[in-house]
Amino acid sequence: MTLLIILFCLILIIVVAVQIGRLTELANKIRGEEAAQFESNRWNGALSLVFLVVFLGGTIISSGYYGKYMLGFGPWVSASEHGGALDSMFKWTLFFTGVVFVLTHIALFWFAWKYRGRKGHKARFLPHNDNLEIIWTAVPAIVMTFLVIKGLDAWNDVMADVQPDEEYIEMEATGYQWGWMLRYPGPDGKLGARDYTLINSGNNPLGQDWTDVKNLDDFHPTEVVLPVGKKVRVRITSRDVLHNFYLPHFRVKMDAVPGMPTYFTFTPKYTTEEYRQLLGVKDNMGNPKYPEWYEIDSEDPDGRKKFQTFNFELACAELCGRGHYSMRKIVRIVSEEEFQRWADEQQSWYLLSVRNTDDDPYKGQMLTIDVEETDGGDGESDEQQTEDADENPAD
Amino acid sequence: MASTTTVEQPLKTREEDLLIEEYGYDDHFHEHHHGDKYQSNFVTTYIFSQDHKTIAKQFLITGMFWGIVGALMSLVFRLQLGFPEENMAWLKPVLGQWITVNEAGIGTLSPDFYYALVTMHGTILVFFVLTAGLSGTFSNLLIPLQIGARDMASPFLNMLSYWFFFLSGVIMFFSLFLNTGPFSGGWTAYPPLSGLPQASLGSQAGMTLWVVSLVFFVVSVLLGGINYITTVLNMRTKGMGMWNMPLTIWAFFITAIIGLLSFPVLVSALLLVMFDRGLGTSFFLNEIFIAGEALPNVGGSPILYQHLFWFLGHPEVYIIILPAMGIVSEVLSVHSRKPVFGYKAMVFSILAIAFLSFIVWAHHMFMSGVNPFISNFFVVFTLIIAVPSAVKVFNWIATLYGGNIRFNAASLFGIGFVSMFISGGLTGIFLGNSAIDIQMHDTYFVVAHFHIVMGVAAFFGMFAGIYHWFPKMFGRFMNETLGKLHFWITLVGAYAVFWPMHYLGVAGVPRRYYSFDTFNAFAHFDTMNKFITVAAIVVFAVQVLFVINFFYSIWKGRQMKVRNPWGATTLEWSTPIRPGHGNWDGKIPSVFRWAYDYNKDEREFVPQYVPLSEEEKLQGHTH
Repeated sequence: MTLLIILFCLILIIVVAVQIGRLTELANKIRGEEAAQFESNRWNGALSLVFLVVFLGGTIISSGYYGKYMLGFGPWVSASEHGGALDSMFKWTLFFTGVVFVLTHIALFWFAWKYRGRKGHKARFLPHNDNLEIIWTAVPAIVMTFLVIKGLDAWNDVMADVQPDEEYIEMEATGYQWGWMLRYPGPDGKLGARDYTLINSGNNPLGQDWTDVKNLDDFHPTEVVLPVGKKVRVRITSRDVLHNFYLPHFRVKMDAVPGMPTYFTFTPKYTTEEYRQLLGVKDNMGNPKYPEWYEIDSEDPDGRKKFQTFNFELACAELCGRGHYSMRKIVRIVSEEEFQRWADEQQSWYLLSVRNTDDDPYKGQMLTIDVEETDGGDGESDEQQTEDADENPAD
Repeated sequence: MASTTTVEQPLKTREEDLLIEEYGYDDHFHEHHHGDKYQSNFVTTYIFSQDHKTIAKQFLITGMFWGIVGALMSLVFRLQLGFPEENMAWLKPVLGQWITVNEAGIGTLSPDFYYALVTMHGTILVFFVLTAGLSGTFSNLLIPLQIGARDMASPFLNMLSYWFFFLSGVIMFFSLFLNTGPFSGGWTAYPPLSGLPQASLGSQAGMTLWVVSLVFFVVSVLLGGINYITTVLNMRTKGMGMWNMPLTIWAFFITAIIGLLSFPVLVSALLLVMFDRGLGTSFFLNEIFIAGEALPNVGGSPILYQHLFWFLGHPEVYIIILPAMGIVSEVLSVHSRKPVFGYKAMVFSILAIAFLSFIVWAHHMFMSGVNPFISNFFVVFTLIIAVPSAVKVFNWIATLYGGNIRFNAASLFGIGFVSMFISGGLTGIFLGNSAIDIQMHDTYFVVAHFHIVMGVAAFFGMFAGIYHWFPKMFGRFMNETLGKLHFWITLVGAYAVFWPMHYLGVAGVPRRYYSFDTFNAFAHFDTMNKFITVAAIVVFAVQVLFVINFFYSIWKGRQMKVRNPWGATTLEWSTPIRPGHGNWDGKIPSVFRWAYDYNKDEREFVPQYVPLSEEEKLQGHTH
C-alpha cells in the first residue's frame, strides 16, 4: 500500500513537472524569447549568489561542527606519536585548500551573477593574458612544492622500519576471513617461523613451525595490548585474501598481503585510560566539553558513561568479503608495568594446544629449552583464542 | 543576442550557405553516395547504423539505461547504510533471495549482496556510464561534426564499437541473475578475493562473467579509440589545423589516446586473473590457506595485479573527466559569448594531465605494502597534476569574467561542473600526499573525493553536453525550466550527499562497510547517514525528471527553427537542422579561424568557416 502511495505521488510530481515545463515554455513564447532569456539570466544569476552564500556558509559551519572528529582538532587527536605529523599535514593542506576553495567559489558564482546576460551588454574579447597565466601556474606550483616536501618528510619518518640498534616490541597480526589473529613473541622476544602448509584450523591456525624453538613461547592473545611510549613493530600478514590492519585512532594502516609480510611501526602516546580522560574533559565552567561522550553507554552492564567505556579498536580497511565490516579487535594501551604483568600471564600457544599432541615434534621428550610453563592454567586458558577457519561472524 | 532572435536568422542562414558554397571543399560525397545505400531500411538506420550521429545516440541512451540501473543499486545500499534497522521485506519481490526475511517478517539485505551492489554500482558507473556513455556519446557525435568530416574514418568499426559495448552490457546484466550473485569484490577486483572462487559467492560465476564483460568492453573502447584518433588526425577539413580545433576535440582526441594505451593493460591483468582461476597459475596467488585448505600456489604477488589494474585505473579517471572538461570549456565559452580563456594553456594542461596520468598510478597503493620509498615519486607526480588542473579551473573562471552569460541548463551545468571539480580536486591534494593518505586511505574521504571529482563532475559535464547538443541530436530543445530545476536540485543534492562523507572520512570511517554498528569508533554518524540517504533519494528523483524531459523532448520538445540557436562558431551548427548521412548537404565548409571568435571586432560571433577579413589578415590572426 505504501508502495502504491509512493508510486502515485511520484507520478503526480512528474505530471506536475511536465505541466510546469509546458506552461513556462508557453509563457516564454508570449513574452518573447529574448525577454524570457534576460529574465532567466537575472533569476539564475541571483540563485548563484544565494547558492554561494548557503554553500560556503554550510561548509564552513559544518566543518566547525564536525571539527571535533577532524585530524588535529577536537578530542579525536592522534593516539600515536607519529600521528601528530600527519595531523599537522592535514591542517596545512586544509588551510591552503580552504583558501583556494573559498576564493575560487566566490569568483565563480560572483562572476556568474555579475556577468549575467543583460540587454544592451556585450561580452569582452579576452582570449588570454600571459602574466596572469604565469602567476596562476606558479603559485599552485610553489604551494605544491611546500606540501610535497613537508609531506614526504613526514612520510619517510613514519614509514621507516626499526633500526638494528633500536629497542622495540614486536607483535604480529594475521588477517583471515573474517577476523584477526594476534601473536606475540613471548619471553624470547622473537617470533617463530611460519609455513602456510602447516596451517590447520584445529591447533595450528597460523602454521607455526614447531621445530623452530622460537615458536614455543609465542602466545595468541584475544586483544591487542601494548605499553604506552614504547615503539611497536607490527608484522602484518594475511592467511587468505587481502586485509588491512587499521587502527583509526593511531593513524596506522597497512595492507595484509598473503605470502608477503608487511609492517608498520608506531609508538602509542596515551594509555586507554588517559585517552578516556581526554574524551571526558571538562571546560572552565565544569561542563563536559564533548557532551556526547557523557551519554550513558547502553551496552555497559555498570551503566558507565561513554567516555569511561571507550576503547581503541582494530579494524579491517581492505574489502575482503562478506564479513569485512566485522573484523574487530579491542586495542588496550597500558603502562609498561601492566604490560609486563599481562605478558607474563599469557600462556604460549604451544603449551596450550600442541604440547604432547601428535603434532608436537617433541612429544614425550623433555624440553631442553626454557619455555616458561606458568602454572596459571586455571581459567587463564579461557582467554586464549581458539581459532576456527570456518567461523563466520557475519552469520 | 542574435541567437535568440528569429527574425534575421533566415537571411543569415543563406549567407552561411553561400560562404560554404564559395570556400568549401567539394568531395563529391553526394554523387558517390547517391540514395544513401548505407541507411536504406529500418535496421541499417536505427540498429546496425554506421552513422556516427546515430551511434552517438545509441551510446547515450544505453548509457542512460545503465545510469538508472547503477543509481538504483546505490539507493538500495544507501538504504542499508542509512536505515539498517528498517524492514526491507518490501524489496523481496525485486531482489529475491538477497533479502532474508526472518520469522517476524523483518527483511534484511544480505552482506554478500550488499557488496555485489557496491561492486556493480562502481563497475557500471565507471565503465558503462561515464566511459561509454560520456566519451562514447560525445566523441561520436562531435568529432566528425566539429572537424568537418562526413563520418568517422571507419564507420563499420564504429558500429562494432557500440555493439561490443552492448554485448558487454548484456553479459554484465546476466551476471545480476546468477544464483551466486554478481561479482562482489569491488570494482577494482583485487585478487586473491577475485581470483579464488572459494573466497566469496560473487567470486564464482559472477567474477567470470565480470571479466568476460569487461574484455568485450575494452574491445569496444579500443575500436572506438582507434577510430577517434584516426578521424581527428586524418579527416579534418581544409584549414582545420590542430590549433584551430575546439577544445572538445582536443579532449576527445587525448582521451582516446589514453584509452588506447591503458585499457590493454587491464585486459592483460584480467586474463592473468582468469588463468589463476582456471588454469592453476600463480600470477597473483601466494601461500594461501582458504576454506580449510592450503593452496599449492606460491610465488605470485597480489600487488602485481594492483600495479596492472591502476595502470589503467588511474588514466581511466582522466578518460572520464577529460571529455567533460572539453565539453564544459566549449559550453562556457559559447554561453558567456566569450573566447575560452587561455586556449593554448587549456590544450597544454590537457596534454600535461594526460602524460602525468600514466605515472601516478601507485598513489592508489600507498598502503598496499609497496616499498614506502617508491611512494615518494608517486607523491611528487600526483601533486604536480594539481598545477595543470588549477590552470584549467582559473581559465574557466576567467572565461566567465567579463562575459554576457546566457543562463540555461547547459551553461548552469557547466558552472556546476567547475564548482564540483574545485571541491573534488582540492580533496585530491589531501589523498595524493601519502602522509595524509595513511589515515584517509579507504575511508569515506576517498568516497567523497572521487564521487565529487569524477562522478558528479563528469555527470555535470555530460548534462551540459546533453542540454547543449540535444538540438543537434534531435532537432528539438529540451525543456529549459525542467532543465534548470534539474540543475539546482542536483547541485544542492549532490553536495548534500557527498560533502558530509568528508567528515565521515576524517573521523576514520572505512568505506565498503555493510554496517557501522560493529565498531564504536564508526557508530557516531547515524543521523548523517540517514541524511545522506534521503538526499540520495531526492537526487535520484530529479534524475528521473531529467530522463522524462529527455524522452518527452525527443518527440514533443520545442522545435529547432534555426540552424545555430546558440550563436556558436563551431562547424556542427552549419549543418542542416536535421543533418543526414554525410552531415553537410553540399560542400564541406573550410575553416579559416579558431573556434572562439566571440565578440571580436564588434561581431557577436564569427563562425570558423568565415574567411579572415583584410584587417585580420594584416594583424595576423592569432589566438
